[in-house]
Amino acid sequence: MHEMGIVLHLAKTLDELAEEQHITKIGSVTLQVGEVSGIMTELFTDAWNYFKVRHPVLTESELILETLPAVTYCQNCGKTYETVKYGKICPHCGSPETYLLSGNECIIKQIEAETEDGTESEETVTIE
Amino acid sequence: MDQLAEAAGGRLEKQFMKVIELKASVTASNDREAEKLRRQMKQKGVLLINLMSSPGSGKTTLLSRTITDMKDIGIAVLEADIDSAVDAERIEALGARAVQVHTDGMCHMDAGMTQRGLSEMNFEGIDLAFLENIGNLICPAEYDTGAGKNVMILSVPEGDDKPLKYPLMFQQSDALVISKTDALPWFTFDTEKCIKRAKMLNPAIEIFPVSAKTGEGMDAWENWLRKQIADWRK
Repeated sequence: MHEMGIVLHLAKTLDELAEEQHITKIGSVTLQVGEVSGIMTELFTDAWNYFKVRHPVLTESELILETLPAVTYCQNCGKTYETVKYGKICPHCGSPETYLLSGNECIIKQIEAETEDGTESEETVTIE
Repeated sequence: MDQLAEAAGGRLEKQFMKVIELKASVTASNDREAEKLRRQMKQKGVLLINLMSSPGSGKTTLLSRTITDMKDIGIAVLEADIDSAVDAERIEALGARAVQVHTDGMCHMDAGMTQRGLSEMNFEGIDLAFLENIGNLICPAEYDTGAGKNVMILSVPEGDDKPLKYPLMFQQSDALVISKTDALPWFTFDTEKCIKRAKMLNPAIEIFPVSAKTGEGMDAWENWLRKQIADWRK
């Protein structure tokens, strides 16, 4: 259910972007998903394939998921470590005073798209 | 299509596509709607509080007591449920205004659903509106509803380890209400430990241990609400 909600929001964000940028077709969507974001990639892909056919601009698109590693910072000793391996307790000094630096993300990194004017150049678009 | 293009299939076609770097949140569309709703509520002078918790933590009971205690404040409640209208009926019985929204199976409220629910609400004489979100400690924390403040409830029977298990919810909340403190003698809930864990995730979080049944701690919670309403209108 959680994945379905995210896919619905993603499709809506892309529909709006397509309208703004005069995009006629999206070929691929690359998402960066944090290791501890709680998103199950298989379920996510299933939900994507189910919903994309309801959005004309997304119908032929491919979803590419990239995993971002989770890193935790220890406030006690100032070192970082792999979150998935060690969890909440710092493996360097044993302190529980730690917090997640990265690994919680779900970001649209980039899309491949065809526009009305047919330009091929790469560009960066910022969504506020 | 000529044979070469056909043989290459989608690959060749893709060469004519441009790569657009986005670095955008998946929920960018929702974030924009949420900002818009927050501005509208600011103009109306109504503070919207997004109330989140697990099922059975006492959201409706806390609201009922708050409404009864704060008779001088106009309170409205937007009840979000997957189905049914039992909570809205309980709130209306107390004389507060309530609107029921159904999420049709979705595990959270987003800004669009909140906006639609609020559009049915009459805001005349209303100072404070609560959005009673779906009972769930995971998904609601990920979506900006457009509320001015986020509040979560953790009840004593749920256990003091919840900040460790649902960190995002504690990070996103401006205030934490620890409810059902009248049940403390029967549970191994360590209030100090819970507060320490919550503060570790979110040093700015305000914490209110309360019992909506006995009224213990309700003053501090209600004073905080009054201050938030005044600040919202500045």
